Amino acid sequence: MAKILKKEQWSESIFSMLIEANEVAKAAQPGQFIILITQESGERIPLTIADASPEEGWVQIVFQVVGKSTYELSLMNEGDNLYSFVGPLGIPSELEKFDGKVIMVGGGIGIAPIHPIAKKLKEMGNHVVSIIGAKTSDLLIMKDKMEKASTELIIATDDGSEGTKGFVNQVLENYLEKEKNVSQSWIIGPPIMMKFTVQSALKYGVKTFVSLNPIMVDGTGMCGACRVTVGGKTKFACVDGPEFDGALVDFDELMSRQRQYVEEEKEAYHMCLNERRA
Amino acid sequence: MAERIKPAEKFKRERTPMKEQAPLERIKNFKEVPLGYTLEDAIAEAQRCLQCNPAACIAGCPADVRIPQFIDKVIDEDIEGAFLEIKKTNALPAVCGRVCPQEDQCEGACVMEKKGKPIAIGRLERFVADKARELNLKDAEPTRNANTANKKIAIVGAGPAGLACAADLVKLGYDVTIFEALHKAGGVLIYGIPEFRLPKSIVGYEVEKIREMGVKIYTDYVIGYVKKVDDLVEEYDAVFLANGAGAPSFFGIPGENLKGVYSASEYLTRSNLMRAFDFPKYDTPITKGKKVAVVGGGNVAMDAVRTAKRLGADDAIIVYRRSRTEMPARAEEIEHAEAEGIQFELLTNPVKVIGDENGNVKALECVKMELGEPDESGRRRPKEIPGSNFTLDVDVVIIAIGQNANPIVARSATGVETNKWGYFVADEETGKTTHPKVWAGGDIVTGAATVILAVGAGKKAAKSIHETLSS
Repeated sequence: MAKILKKEQWSESIFSMLIEANEVAKAAQPGQFIILITQESGERIPLTIADASPEEGWVQIVFQVVGKSTYELSLMNEGDNLYSFVGPLGIPSELEKFDGKVIMVGGGIGIAPIHPIAKKLKEMGNHVVSIIGAKTSDLLIMKDKMEKASTELIIATDDGSEGTKGFVNQVLENYLEKEKNVSQSWIIGPPIMMKFTVQSALKYGVKTFVSLNPIMVDGTGMCGACRVTVGGKTKFACVDGPEFDGALVDFDELMSRQRQYVEEEKEAYHMCLNERRA
Repeated sequence: MAERIKPAEKFKRERTPMKEQAPLERIKNFKEVPLGYTLEDAIAEAQRCLQCNPAACIAGCPADVRIPQFIDKVIDEDIEGAFLEIKKTNALPAVCGRVCPQEDQCEGACVMEKKGKPIAIGRLERFVADKARELNLKDAEPTRNANTANKKIAIVGAGPAGLACAADLVKLGYDVTIFEALHKAGGVLIYGIPEFRLPKSIVGYEVEKIREMGVKIYTDYVIGYVKKVDDLVEEYDAVFLANGAGAPSFFGIPGENLKGVYSASEYLTRSNLMRAFDFPKYDTPITKGKKVAVVGGGNVAMDAVRTAKRLGADDAIIVYRRSRTEMPARAEEIEHAEAEGIQFELLTNPVKVIGDENGNVKALECVKMELGEPDESGRRRPKEIPGSNFTLDVDVVIIAIGQNANPIVARSATGVETNKWGYFVADEETGKTTHPKVWAGGDIVTGAATVILAVGAGKKAAKSIHETLSS
């Protein structure tokens, strides 16, 4: 059981919650994730940690409502208890003081997991350039936190309602066209965004790390649901990742595997909405 | 109260059968297949026991259950006495009565086995445990002991090994804490073994009894991430590692990452722990194949294929590279599967999973095998028959070919040696590892084995921990 300490709605479908989880908060490092279950009949939902306070004993999660489970999570309120909350899971990001600049690219909900990595890199004395993007201004999250965690912050929206108009990969290419002193980059967002942004970075010879979010069950290496192909080899994202070298990831397979339960998810969400209306 | 019958009669009487759900009925539900003994059945069976002394059956039991003693109390209808007799050494009787391979253990050692009709010890153990649960019988109180009460033991993993070790130590008065990675305690009893073989309410009950004895169980607590084994070594007087094997093996053949290919662990975890068989009442989905191939010949393969049948598969097929005689699954499991209409493609090995344009499984390409010379395990080594390839049209493929060692716990344990496969090196008799404060047992030492061997390992470790801490 873990209590929801604070809940915020950031857009029509994006929510943030601070979850009371003392030991998780103490152990959490950038790049790691948690798994939660809303109620006894619920499924295990993996979410990357957006922030954590070991002093205050909370972990921040950010999620978008995409189906029944995230919808039910969004209906929970401050003071409610999650049925289960486990973490931190996965291998932390490998962070150091780099010679050149580091670039953080966050797309949509992917800005949340980019945040703790950027924050830590900046604390370590890096020059952190963050490029964050979303479809439209309303969906752009964590601007203030990213501002603090970055040396330079570049904003992009697909419709031009805020910052540069266009996709983050284009903004990244424009940046790399002018700036050659770049050591490494992290790119986190929907798989399609990661796929194209990795290609953009590689054009300029910049090494990329991505954080993968395949379907998971236990999240501790026990079931293999989260297998991904990296450099031609099968890896378990939960214990071998979730971060991998972007150049080596088979994104097409990842996207295909993420759609395994599309029909079941639709059915469950539909039934759930009908029940709520009734 | 029933009478003791004469030895001659004992030899004449047949083994008392246990009623089962009929095959055509049971493949439509997830309820338990064997229905258990009635009191009359149990007495009739208990009367057959020769009450040997010394008892070969006890020597055959990794949990040292005092078998003739409890069976004798069944004849007197003394359920409480029988229950306490079992509970002296075994904290999980309702579980063991169901899932132990008794034919290789107590029943295999039974003198009556020579006549081909060993005492049905497993069924009797199950009967006593189930009755005790119905009657809500209390366990014996743990010992209060000032010398042990201030000693703290940490156990990693709430599976059969961890639970057995915890129960024995708490009985001696130790302060015992179990750390479990999943959201429910029970390990393989909860996520692996299907409801129709081991109802989860029964596991929950026996775990609850262990909690009531004073064992603290923290679920959702992953050792290796939240705390290291090194931290536990600092904070506790002894640490028992019983985290299970827990990393599924795949073949590495083409198409293994197509949608519809599962490890048996994933398939069973979805259905058992997450109750995907009851989707959409429970939120976790599972692909309900119409034609399902399960690759492997062990108990886990049987569990997976029988689950597939119950999830509505018209064809549920075991694909196994050797012949039926080499199958490692229990005879009883294979017979249950056959009765349920499971098909067997023996001497067959997969070479490739074939997908459709959307990345879903549509067929499994296989090759026929023949048996050659015996290998180091003594079983005849299968080899491919060139050119014998054929395809099975299937929409789900489940890989049940065993497990590798999960690295999470081991990589946080300084000074605890692992072997080349990543399993902890531990003494077979005591569970001692290369670290003086750390013991290990169960599948993370032996590789995937049985529930009862894990229970036995947990008990041996408990004994050794007690000896070490009290000397």
